[in-house]
Amino acid sequence: MPSSNDWINNPLGVVEEMFVQSNSNPEWEAKVLEYFKGKLKEKQAYSWIPSLNDVPLHYLKPNSLVKFRCLVQDMFDPEFYMGVYETIDPSTKAKVLRFGKYKDVTECGVDLNSRNTVTAERQTFYCVPIPGETLWEAFLNHSHTYARSSQARVVPSTSYIPSRQKRSYEEDDEMDTQPQKQREPHTGGSPQLHANGDSKRQETEAPSGQTTSPSNASSPLDLNFPLPGERGPACLVKVYEDLDSFKLNDMLEVYGILSVNPLLSVLSSLLDPTESMETPEEQRAHDPPASLVPRLHMLHARPLQHNNPLLCMFIYVVSSFMVEMASVRAEFLAYLTHILLGDGLAAEYLLLHLISSVYARRDVLPLGKFTLNLSGCPPNSSFTESLHQVIQELVPCTYRLSMTLHNMNSLRLVPRKDYVANRLVSGALQLARNTSLVLDETRLEQGQLDASGVQNITALGNLISWQKVDYDFNYHQMEFPCNINVFVTSEGRSLLPSDCQVPLQPQVTPPNLEEYLSTVHKAQLTSQINKFRVYLSVAQTLDYSISDEVTKAVEDDFVDMRKDDPQSVSAEDLHRMLVVARLLSLSLGQTSLSREGWMRAKHIDMLRRTRSQPQTTVNGNEP
Amino acid sequence: MSSPTSTPGGRKRNRNDIPATPGSIGSTSPPSQRRRGQDSSNADLPAMPTSPATDIASPTVHDTSLFSSPRRSVLPSEVDMSSPLMYGTPSSRVEGTPRSGARGTPARQRPDLGSVRKAPQVDLHSDADGAVASEPSVGQKLVIWGTDVNVGTCKEKFQRFLQRFIDPTSNEDENAGLDLNEPLYMQKLEEISVVGEPVLNVNCGHVQSFDADLYRQLICYPQEVIPTFDMAVNELFFERFPDSILEHQIQVRPYNALKTRNMRSLNPEDIDQMITISGMVIRTSQLIPEMQEAFFQCQVCAFSTRVEVDRGRIAEPAVCRHCNTTHSLALIHNRSAFSDKQMIKVQESPDDMPAGQTPHTTVVYAHNDLVDKVQPGDRINITDVVPLSLLNPTTGIYRAVPMRENPRQSNVKSVYKTHIDAIHFRKTDEKRLHGLDEEADQKLFTEERVKTLKELAAKPDVYERLSSALAPSIYEHEDIKKGILLQLFGGTRKDFSQTGRGNFRAEVNILLCGDPGTSKSQLLQYVFNLVPRGQYTSGKGSSAVGLTAYVMKDPETKQLVLQTGALVLSDNGICCIDEFDKMSESTRSVLHEVMEQQTLSIAKAGIICQLNARTSVLAAANPVESQWNPKKTTIENIQLPHTLLSRFDLIFLMLDPQDEAYDRRLAHHLVSLYYQSEEQIEEELLDMAVLKDYIAYARTYINPRLNEEASQALIEAYVDMRKIGSGRGMVSAYPRQLESLIRLAEAHAKVRFSDKVETIDVEEAKRLHREALKQSATDPRTGFVDISILTTGMSATARKRKEEVAQALKKMIQSKGKTPAMKYQQLFDDLRGQSEAAITKDMFEEALRALADEDYLTVTGKTVRLL
Repeated sequence: MPSSNDWINNPLGVVEEMFVQSNSNPEWEAKVLEYFKGKLKEKQAYSWIPSLNDVPLHYLKPNSLVKFRCLVQDMFDPEFYMGVYETIDPSTKAKVLRFGKYKDVTECGVDLNSRNTVTAERQTFYCVPIPGETLWEAFLNHSHTYARSSQARVVPSTSYIPSRQKRSYEEDDEMDTQPQKQREPHTGGSPQLHANGDSKRQETEAPSGQTTSPSNASSPLDLNFPLPGERGPACLVKVYEDLDSFKLNDMLEVYGILSVNPLLSVLSSLLDPTESMETPEEQRAHDPPASLVPRLHMLHARPLQHNNPLLCMFIYVVSSFMVEMASVRAEFLAYLTHILLGDGLAAEYLLLHLISSVYARRDVLPLGKFTLNLSGCPPNSSFTESLHQVIQELVPCTYRLSMTLHNMNSLRLVPRKDYVANRLVSGALQLARNTSLVLDETRLEQGQLDASGVQNITALGNLISWQKVDYDFNYHQMEFPCNINVFVTSEGRSLLPSDCQVPLQPQVTPPNLEEYLSTVHKAQLTSQINKFRVYLSVAQTLDYSISDEVTKAVEDDFVDMRKDDPQSVSAEDLHRMLVVARLLSLSLGQTSLSREGWMRAKHIDMLRRTRSQPQTTVNGNEP
Repeated sequence: MSSPTSTPGGRKRNRNDIPATPGSIGSTSPPSQRRRGQDSSNADLPAMPTSPATDIASPTVHDTSLFSSPRRSVLPSEVDMSSPLMYGTPSSRVEGTPRSGARGTPARQRPDLGSVRKAPQVDLHSDADGAVASEPSVGQKLVIWGTDVNVGTCKEKFQRFLQRFIDPTSNEDENAGLDLNEPLYMQKLEEISVVGEPVLNVNCGHVQSFDADLYRQLICYPQEVIPTFDMAVNELFFERFPDSILEHQIQVRPYNALKTRNMRSLNPEDIDQMITISGMVIRTSQLIPEMQEAFFQCQVCAFSTRVEVDRGRIAEPAVCRHCNTTHSLALIHNRSAFSDKQMIKVQESPDDMPAGQTPHTTVVYAHNDLVDKVQPGDRINITDVVPLSLLNPTTGIYRAVPMRENPRQSNVKSVYKTHIDAIHFRKTDEKRLHGLDEEADQKLFTEERVKTLKELAAKPDVYERLSSALAPSIYEHEDIKKGILLQLFGGTRKDFSQTGRGNFRAEVNILLCGDPGTSKSQLLQYVFNLVPRGQYTSGKGSSAVGLTAYVMKDPETKQLVLQTGALVLSDNGICCIDEFDKMSESTRSVLHEVMEQQTLSIAKAGIICQLNARTSVLAAANPVESQWNPKKTTIENIQLPHTLLSRFDLIFLMLDPQDEAYDRRLAHHLVSLYYQSEEQIEEELLDMAVLKDYIAYARTYINPRLNEEASQALIEAYVDMRKIGSGRGMVSAYPRQLESLIRLAEAHAKVRFSDKVETIDVEEAKRLHREALKQSATDPRTGFVDISILTTGMSATARKRKEEVAQALKKMIQSKGKTPAMKYQQLFDDLRGQSEAAITKDMFEEALRALADEDYLTVTGKTVRLL
């Protein structure tokens, strides 16, 4: 099998080869990792690998290399497994050394007394697709993969129209590729089991059609997605190396060996329940059927800084894109102004908000966050909804939380540890970095918040002020820092804290708001929208600095402002202006603050403040 | 015989099959074995037999040479076994192991050491290879297979330890009442003979200091060594107290193994070793009766037989030995022996977890009397345990059909199940209730760390350094930071309960008040993040119940359970309360007790108790008028009862100073915040870790006492404070202020890692106290510092003025003569006309009230009547 795709179709074969060659020298593990890393580095290699996100599970070949773009939702306890073990052939009594790494199930005839057994440690992460992934994003990722793979070489198992013919051929293929000795020890029973597994697969394959994993929708198994209404494959990722480098809520692209061995379910169901240390709930959570939650044995993981496929594609243009920044910004601003009914200032602030990101933390203080409160949104209209649709088109991940009384009282925002099932039950605030969270306060009506409602509001407040979510561990709380862009739309001033409040002042009053917005929206070409998308991601990742000279100028300015009227500018105002100045510079593609940038930041902050002044006094009169 | 051995035997790593040959030990052996081998070679012990197990079948055991201990005569039944594979680390065999002086005291199984271990002993002399022949070894060479443990020596060593170990410096609570200059454990044995509780807790630290090699063996081979210890103790005990009657034989429970492990760092190498881990109990199972010995009776001839559990499994005898009928034996349940077992899930305690990861959990099995010792929610900070067994690749099929060559016995899941068998629990909470205050979860510091900390402490400017490392993102407010720093360290706890005054508070309470937006909340957040046992609440959101404790009905057991609130949870920590002023009256009243007596009394739903709440309170309050009014006193500004305010050691104002130089520095600080690179920020973060350790170390190990000079200085300071006031005819200091000064001075000494409170500490305490007073207790009318503002809620001048007005009013009324009733408004106008100073309506009403209190007049509606 000289095929170059061997390492994709049959990675275990590759591992096996290395293991045999190594002569039980423990270095084989490192060699395997190196090999796959090297392979993945090859040009476009990663695009050949089928993705679990796009391809329904039943089209993927078991034990092949797949990738999965996911969020680490929960981390299970580490487990000890047989890293190396020996099998005895019942007929010949020949002992063969085997490896247990990257596998869930051992070969038959394990000699449990063998002293060659090596116990090793691995950890399981429960991974879900990145919550709030927008459609364009998933679509692009998808088409991107396919465009590439068709160019390169069609990987049969990823094909959407699998012909029986092809499949059986492939099965043969698999037979061949698997080294003969691996098959040998199979005694009567196991091939049968394999056959069963295969037929099962065929069954699910037949009626499923084009919808992605329909089994999930009907399944009573709670797959624990952070956001309601999410779907997609969840996956148990077995991690072998660098356990400490992974954190909860990390975005990863995992390259690993897919394992859907039906034996897994058989084995666990045969376990005597009284012998087991786990409760049934726990077992359900930790050992779901492999057909629903496949296992993925990690070979390599790429942490994702951002989740924008366009940027991956145009990685080479980032530098040239910098030149365009200013012009794209102008177009983008014009577009946003249209969307925000002609309010240029609000559009400017929205733009700044969209490119904000927590870039550092000073003890408890997160730096760079820029929560925007757009007040004066017309109530009871679809304006906020349309606005979210626009944002959806622009950012890779977003979620709109309609703050109705019912939602606030009933939704689970904060993840909670379920000790019975021993897992972290997800909540809507378990989001990936730079997810855009749109809180629609216009939907809030009068009424009473119950205990969980108050907790939810507190959680949102904490999220906004400190960029952290306190996960509920029943006996204590644990703080997880996050980086979520919160955008609050409200009628009056929001009841939630915010860094910056901008009252919307519509310049146009279209008779039919909905129609107006959709025409504005439609008027944009896809290419232009794509440009905006890249623009946002690029601006978010730029570095930034302030020269000493400008520092001095800013200081002078601050002192001057305070001299005139100490009440007018507080330390908090300075904080905000510095953030605005930073974002403003970045939005223009400038990586350091200039004097003009500072003046501009001051200017628009002034404009905003004069605009909200009357409103604050109104609020001040209210008790 | 075939069934028990050929069966699942293999599932457990069977020690019999593993020749612990140093030579053959390579990377291929399971790590636990590897460890074993390394250990033995490191310790320069006689090498292990190099031949595989099967070779050692040659019957050559010179057992008699082994037991040179006085016990040897009583152990023949063990020794006389014909097989060299002498089963019987005397461990847990139920019967057939007559123990020396035990005289009918039944032995008790130790399921905590795993199911019956059958470890063979091996005589090193019998080695076929000449490899070890050259060893200059004499006599006792018999070791338990796979280890380097020689039962005889081990026993002897342990008995010597028990008889001789003296720990004069001991300050453990358990040893209270024992003579520290006598052998500690002999006293404990005496205790056992009196109390009759046959459990001997042995501190591994003691073993280590006494005999490092024994300690190593204990850690590495607990399953072999602990039974040996048991045997040794019992012999010793019954020799000494031949007449005592115990429920069962004494069991040794080692604790405090130095190999304390974070749950996270458990790895395959720890299997079968003794470790100590700490964590929090999250779930306990029902009691599980576990069969120890099965009783079988033949249905045909009524012949009965007993079968011991072998690695969790009973091998059912297929043939009756008596009548040779096959499959005639039936299990008789109520004649079988069972032991108690309970599954406990322990979760990593939140303190020792890396950020951004979820806590790990571990399964612990408690046996016999350890069952139901712990409850969910307990922090069993020190649990001593042997993690045994993983073992068993959970063979679904394997287990279901254990025997026979089953064709389906093909694949197994390659994952092991692991659990920990508990030998000893130690609850942290319990210890805390005793009030003996060692920081319960003693953080272990590496020597390096201690060295760096001490180096830091030796620096002359350590105080300034630390205070500037505190919340670096918050600008200036140096004195406030210093105050908080001292609060973090706390004073020395003093116990006067014998003289009837109870405990003196060691905690420093601080109140921050000031304009909104002066980063008070940020400071609170920072402190909350810095201390391990901190709580953060907001006055607006917390009720009295949430702060103290509430009674709840457990949905499962229907029992009433006391749930503790923020103040109790932050015992020994800091409770940060934001928006202190927004707190409801009833909630605030709870704080009165907490802030002075450091306890919380609860009487609810039939539960009456007093809980410890030795917490420092760091509170932040906003002025009532949203902006601080410099013309008013602190009390008037924040509208808090003075009874509560006087319980704060330091009250700071955080005001916007509004001066140019300050503005400039502030701007510089903020701007730099926004452009400093990641690395610089990293450096700061490192500081936070150092600061944390520094505080933890000082709190744990430093207990400063006042020295003579310092006491003098304190007395002077107090007298001075009193003097200031006496000149103007008012009290300017109370004993409470003196106590505050002492606490602050002690805390400052702690900062320096000094065991003595010296004059410089007092100086700083005085300065800080003065600074705080200057800010908060300045009478806005006179500009003098007036402590009575805080202690009585009113400045002395204000009170004087009030009296003057009242007197003037009285005089005026008297001058009017016999008018029994007057119009209110007219009286007010008259008074205003008469007085030189402006009289407000408030003052007038106050004066009226004062006179009414004197029973001079009454006010009804708009008329004033004389009495």
